[in-house]
Amino acid sequence: MGYVAVKGGQDAIENANKLVDYFRWKGRTEPIGVDQARTQMRLAVDRAMGEGSLYAPEHAALALLQVEGDSFEAAFHLRAYRATLERRYFSETLNTREMFVHRRISSTFREIPGGQILGPTRDYSFRLLNPALLEASLGSIEKFIQELHEQIDPAKLHGVTTYKKVIDIFLNEGLMSRQLKPDEDRRVFDVTREAIKFPVPRSAVLQMLARAETGALMCMAYSTMRGFGESHGTVGELRVGEVPVRIVDRRGRKRYVGRIKVTETEMVGGGRRRSAEPGRGSARGEEPVLSIGYGLCFGQNETKGICMGMVESALRSPNPDNPANNQEFVLYHTEVIEAYGFTNHLKLPHYVTFQAGLESTRRVARLKAAAREESVAVGAGAAEENDD
Amino acid sequence: MEENWLLRVRNLTKIFGAVTPGVCERTGPKVNSNICPRTGAVVACSNISFDLYPGEVLGVVGESGSGKSTLVQMLYFDQPATSGEAFFRPVEDGAANILDLSNQRKRYVRNHLMGMVYQNPRDGLNFRFSSGGNIAEKLLMAGVFNVGKIRIRATDLLSHTEVPVKRMDESPARFSGGMQQRVQIAKAIANNPPLLLLDEVTSGLDVSVQAKVLDLIRGLQQEMGISMIVVSHDLGVIRMLTDRTMVLKHGQIVEQGLTDQILQDPQHGYTQLLVSSLL
Amino acid sequence: MIENLKFRESFNYAYIDEFTKKEIRRKTLKAVCIPGYQVPYASPEMPISRGWGTGGLHLTLSLVGPNDVVKVIDQGSDASVNACNLRLFIKEMARCAVTFDTGLATIIQSRHRVPEEILTEKQILVLQVPQPEILRSVERHEAKTRAMHAEADYAKIWVTLYEAYVRNGTLRNAAGHPILVNGRYVATPSPIPSWDVPNLSMARCLYLFGAGREKRIHCIPPFTPVKPLEFEDIRFKVEEFIGVRCSASGEDKAFMDEIYANDLSRSWVINDSNFLDKVRQGPRPPQRLFTNPE
Repeated sequence: MGYVAVKGGQDAIENANKLVDYFRWKGRTEPIGVDQARTQMRLAVDRAMGEGSLYAPEHAALALLQVEGDSFEAAFHLRAYRATLERRYFSETLNTREMFVHRRISSTFREIPGGQILGPTRDYSFRLLNPALLEASLGSIEKFIQELHEQIDPAKLHGVTTYKKVIDIFLNEGLMSRQLKPDEDRRVFDVTREAIKFPVPRSAVLQMLARAETGALMCMAYSTMRGFGESHGTVGELRVGEVPVRIVDRRGRKRYVGRIKVTETEMVGGGRRRSAEPGRGSARGEEPVLSIGYGLCFGQNETKGICMGMVESALRSPNPDNPANNQEFVLYHTEVIEAYGFTNHLKLPHYVTFQAGLESTRRVARLKAAAREESVAVGAGAAEENDD
Repeated sequence: MEENWLLRVRNLTKIFGAVTPGVCERTGPKVNSNICPRTGAVVACSNISFDLYPGEVLGVVGESGSGKSTLVQMLYFDQPATSGEAFFRPVEDGAANILDLSNQRKRYVRNHLMGMVYQNPRDGLNFRFSSGGNIAEKLLMAGVFNVGKIRIRATDLLSHTEVPVKRMDESPARFSGGMQQRVQIAKAIANNPPLLLLDEVTSGLDVSVQAKVLDLIRGLQQEMGISMIVVSHDLGVIRMLTDRTMVLKHGQIVEQGLTDQILQDPQHGYTQLLVSSLL
Repeated sequence: MIENLKFRESFNYAYIDEFTKKEIRRKTLKAVCIPGYQVPYASPEMPISRGWGTGGLHLTLSLVGPNDVVKVIDQGSDASVNACNLRLFIKEMARCAVTFDTGLATIIQSRHRVPEEILTEKQILVLQVPQPEILRSVERHEAKTRAMHAEADYAKIWVTLYEAYVRNGTLRNAAGHPILVNGRYVATPSPIPSWDVPNLSMARCLYLFGAGREKRIHCIPPFTPVKPLEFEDIRFKVEEFIGVRCSASGEDKAFMDEIYANDLSRSWVINDSNFLDKVRQGPRPPQRLFTNPE
């Protein structure tokens, strides 16, 4: 049979898109609304916002619906959308001490100033599948909310409380310094506007970790707990809540633009700093101090916050044996869009590139076969010489 | 004869940590410490000065922490010096301080005019390349872009260093320690450098293997007339290879002179200690 | 909620916003001034996946105008699925003309092949690059490879050629033979077959290389000498299709694809689909052919 030109790539794509839609709708189920996705898949939305690097719950909900729940694709859509938006302002540094706290815990002390507030968490629930969820109706939801309200004693309500940080305890004691290295690069870097070169300044590290894929970050953090790192830290403080965002407008006035929900973690670990006083501490003039691994991400994503803090700590250690200590290894390979794209790009045709390797393998085989035919039997299998 | 030197080093100093005035005076063999009592800085090498003549083998002996490895690492540009000068005859006839050259020129000096053999073969060899490939790397760095010539030279060097030539295309990862060192030596002399630096090259090897490698080095030196700086904590190695020796303690030279004289009649208390513990 | 209220269209012309286009163009100019040097750029995300041509798209979209004629090929073919996808995207975003005809295109975006037909000074070839750092296989750290390029320290990549020759009898057994651009920087030509490498030297057209995921642009300006790395005695060779003819056209002087039919019989066809069409219809387009040294 002669060569038949394979055209029609365009048709194939259109049909592929139709088939995707078909698989979504063929069950003929009621379409899910954006509000339903946004409110009832809250944690998926939070994760997509973090990895998509865009705080926009409605857009994130739409993205998740559009891609049938694929978290990589959802983040991808948000990033692509974000790339079209004009950058108008940089926000002022968030002050998380102003946070309207939903949840706030610490593992360093049993009691902390202000108290441990469990807040909304599944940490202590049993992971049992619950079919009762399927019986929910607008009526039963209303009833549940009503009952919850009745539990609140109006006499005990007071204004919004803000909480000091647990790490204030260490700062006051002098066990923690505000920064470990006086010559640390403190530029505010935006990786979406400038390509990174290694070593990168801290702001770039934090930005990339905040946008990193949650699972990949978890893998890095987990490795440091299992022998591929120095001792792991403790949760100094984990907070989930809403923080005000402010910008400075063109006339120089500070303006409040809204609130975002974030998860913030401060992982407390060990470190060393130069002694201010001579003769103190070890011979090298250093003393042990506590250091923070910092994590911050959009929405309620505690795994990411904790792992981000652990990885930030790990990146400060120079030990080359641990992958999580290596800036290039961590930052390149946790970048969700790039990892997702490149691993999946293997599905693209590679026949020309493959041909080169195939030809070479065949050539070697041909040469070896030719050599075998020609060669005279020489003393075969000379033992390997290790003369010492 | 005085001005015929190949390498002239003056006041070479390496300090880890704060460099404060008088730090060299506050440390050294007289106070028995490398560490500055005021700042905690570590003075690894303190005002080292010496001359090396063509065809000469200079030994540098001392215990761990004496600064001997740091010295050759600075000369090979593996570590930046804190202060001091080094003049090398092949570079501008000895007029330029090679420690101050640009990175590109330093690279040229390393690739064309020096060779270095490390204690750990992993530092001097790339285990992802074959042993022939390692030698090829040195020749390529020196501007030889001909596979035939590279193969001939590599074969020559490997047979000279008694590495079986038929293992030329294998990675050194599967060689014994002694053979790995011999590949390292072959690589280091591939470009016929006027100066060869050897840093504790036999320290990780069995005693019998050590003897063979030392024999090889001595043979090569006599044949090629190459100048060498041999760093070792082992006086036996020094005795076997070197013409002159410097004794380092806590980063400073405490004694130097002809090797034979030092071994027979050591002057400094520390040298006497070393010699007396020679097996 | 998605519409950009300022403009009536949902997206800026050619999709990328003007500030980003400006940055890409500036970096491209820098790359043109330093042939073979990898210029870092911010590389914004695109609606197309990383690894699927975002770097090429960045270059094409920052250069395209409504009067351009754009051709997109993937491994030599205009009709392959990915080429169709990219071409459609560019056409919708830039409202320009598109073509399969190599001779008519002003901008050609290509994955892993240079067209057989000679390109002129009116044309730009944009190549998609998965790994712009030719030294990555011998040094995994970006900080070190940057220093190696600065100091022209290329011995390690030469050793890989030596090792490949010793083991296989060829300098390289994969696509993307390292090239020395303008006598200074060693670069990757992207994973094109060796067959295409001689076309890069002293060409009339402009070659741009975009790596979106790795965020680097490099360039071979027109009439730049480009030499594949080779030894004095072991020379660079292009693929030889010995005793092989294209089953559709009878040609034997072009890069060929191996095709297997259902009965496992094998035939060969010219890879460059537009070149094949022209060869069959006539006249044969001009081509640069390289003769392997003895």
